[in-house]
Amino acid sequence: MSDIYLDNNATTMVDPAIVAEMLPYFTEQFGNPSSMHSFGNRVGQALKKARKQVQTLLGAEHDSEIIFTSCGTESDSTAILSALRANPERKEIITSVVEHPAVLSLCEHLEKDGYTVHCLPVDNIGRIDMARYRQLLSSKVAIVSIMWANNETGTLFPVEEMAELAHAAGVMFHTDAVQAVGKIPIDLRNSKIDMLSLSGHKLHAPKGCGVLYLRRGVRFRPLLRGGHQERGRRAGTENSASIVALGKAAELAQAHLEYENTYVKAMRDRLEQGILAQVGHAFATGDVSNRLPNTCNIAFEYIEGEAILMLLNKQGIAASSGSACTSGSLEPSHVMRAMNIPYTAAHGTIRFSLSRYNTPEEIERVIAAVPPVVAKLRKMSPYWSDNGPVGESGRAFAPTYA
Amino acid sequence: MWDYSEKVKDHFYNPRNARVLEGANGVGDVGSISCGDALRLMLLVDPESEQILDAGFQTFGCGSAIASSSALTEIIKGMTLDEALRVSNQDIADYLEGLPPEKMHCSVMGREALQAAVANYRGEEWKDDHEEGALVCKCFAVDAVLIEETIRANDLRSVEEVTNYTKAGGGCSSCHEGIEEILGKVLAEKGEVFNPAAAASQPKPAPAIAATTGGGVSPFQRIKRIERVIESIRPQLRADGGDVQIVDVVDKTVYVNMTGACSGCQLASATLGGIQQRLIEDLGEFIKVVPASKQPVSLGAGG
Repeated sequence: MSDIYLDNNATTMVDPAIVAEMLPYFTEQFGNPSSMHSFGNRVGQALKKARKQVQTLLGAEHDSEIIFTSCGTESDSTAILSALRANPERKEIITSVVEHPAVLSLCEHLEKDGYTVHCLPVDNIGRIDMARYRQLLSSKVAIVSIMWANNETGTLFPVEEMAELAHAAGVMFHTDAVQAVGKIPIDLRNSKIDMLSLSGHKLHAPKGCGVLYLRRGVRFRPLLRGGHQERGRRAGTENSASIVALGKAAELAQAHLEYENTYVKAMRDRLEQGILAQVGHAFATGDVSNRLPNTCNIAFEYIEGEAILMLLNKQGIAASSGSACTSGSLEPSHVMRAMNIPYTAAHGTIRFSLSRYNTPEEIERVIAAVPPVVAKLRKMSPYWSDNGPVGESGRAFAPTYA
Repeated sequence: MWDYSEKVKDHFYNPRNARVLEGANGVGDVGSISCGDALRLMLLVDPESEQILDAGFQTFGCGSAIASSSALTEIIKGMTLDEALRVSNQDIADYLEGLPPEKMHCSVMGREALQAAVANYRGEEWKDDHEEGALVCKCFAVDAVLIEETIRANDLRSVEEVTNYTKAGGGCSSCHEGIEEILGKVLAEKGEVFNPAAAASQPKPAPAIAATTGGGVSPFQRIKRIERVIESIRPQLRADGGDVQIVDVVDKTVYVNMTGACSGCQLASATLGGIQQRLIEDLGEFIKVVPASKQPVSLGAGG
């Protein structure tokens, strides 16, 4: 039996059709698109096509609004730092507590440089506090940066509405849409979103390639200055093979958007219901009625995520966890803490993220594999006795914390 | 994924003594605030001899927390309580053939559970004095709390000084930004500003001979270089009341003796890892640093 990959929010397989598309750009089509000869010109043509393909997926008005970068993180940094430099008199940033580190760590760093960062709180299913958002919008704010979909829970944020509000208040709006692009329809032309980040490797293109969408007319200051690539907005020789791949990936994502929101969604729902029907003291985290079609995040109470992952991995099942021990930082996921999920549940959160390459047979295998893993670890847990949490049988486990 | 040893994996997949121990007369419940893991250690102690007749555990935690608990119970079964109390967290880590630096606190939790269980058996109250912070230096496993307290206690002003006092930052140097931040924070409490130029004015240790490829150095020169690296590290260890000596060099393995405070130090294996990192960087080849006690020629080599 082959291994089952349910960690597509971490990264995805490069589609073989995409690999085939990009390979010639390493050997025959190796030219520098800036060069004045046919070697360069053919690559230039290919980049133009890729830009169109990405434009179509995003519903952008102009292809020149697409800037190729090296990754989602670069796009996020470029967007936020550009807004700060373009508006030097504005010293405030609005973001959320559940952003990806690509935004949060940058904002924490900017706080040290004297900026005021407002992190919007979320409720216990991860919904953003819109009233607080409205209060904070002012002429002191340089940029709002809110993710389109959360990477851990898949929860979708009302970024189109938030962008309208920002626009009305005269504030720039950026969204980190790394998890959303290719999974849900996006129509930037009819939105007030000024900037958007995406990452190639989340939608079956290779790692090391991303995009910053920059609405025409939005004031911009480049992060990298140098050559005239990307119309002077992102200097550095283009990663042509990967850009070609990202273009193809955008085209394929567009073609599979309906499949993603029907078949993939149905597999995700079957997986979640199949597990929750068999395992007690477990629940789905986030806003389950408003989330990405491919993501489910289940908290298994009284056991720890890394241990679950290791036992699943032994059976060839790959997922990820919000537990402290898988983060490298020893802190449980900031997303789970923001939603006020208790420690004993946050520690045992497992994210299953599907793609169009998963099959219903794989999902059934995972549904069969999970309950024994949970049972084995609960048997070892001091919070658990026989059939339930020890608290219910009257002798609660209350360790001395050091 | 963590680089777990085969022994850690074995003790995780097949934990020993993972059960509620009926009739236990010493129970220790502890948790680690830094990662949220928790452990209950149960001992069955013979009141006559104070020998640990049986041990069991329950753990809420990651793979290495479960493996550390399992290893601990295996180590202490049959020991007297006094013998068991001499088991260090390093012994637990060694038994498991090492733990990643980020996971050393799992073995610390095991040791604390043991102290708590013995205290419980003896009717004493166990209190923990060990506060753990975020790991800053991964080469030497030094956390933020220790760095902050050392800066405060010794009025430190530069990254070099922090390295001399705590070893933090003495390996790959990628945590220097983090150390500077802590320095800035502590100095700000005194109304001072951290000045990196002051740190830069300190004489740097003489650079090692121009880097050459491993193959181009004679065996004699190579040994000399290993000696020089070890010599450059010794002052830091001596500041902690410890020391290190080269015993032998066999191919890519350097056997050393850790003495003084280092020999029983909970962080001995992290220190060895840091020395190893420095040797690898200086010599440009892979070097393994191993305690001389594990040298295969001496029959006493333990597993």
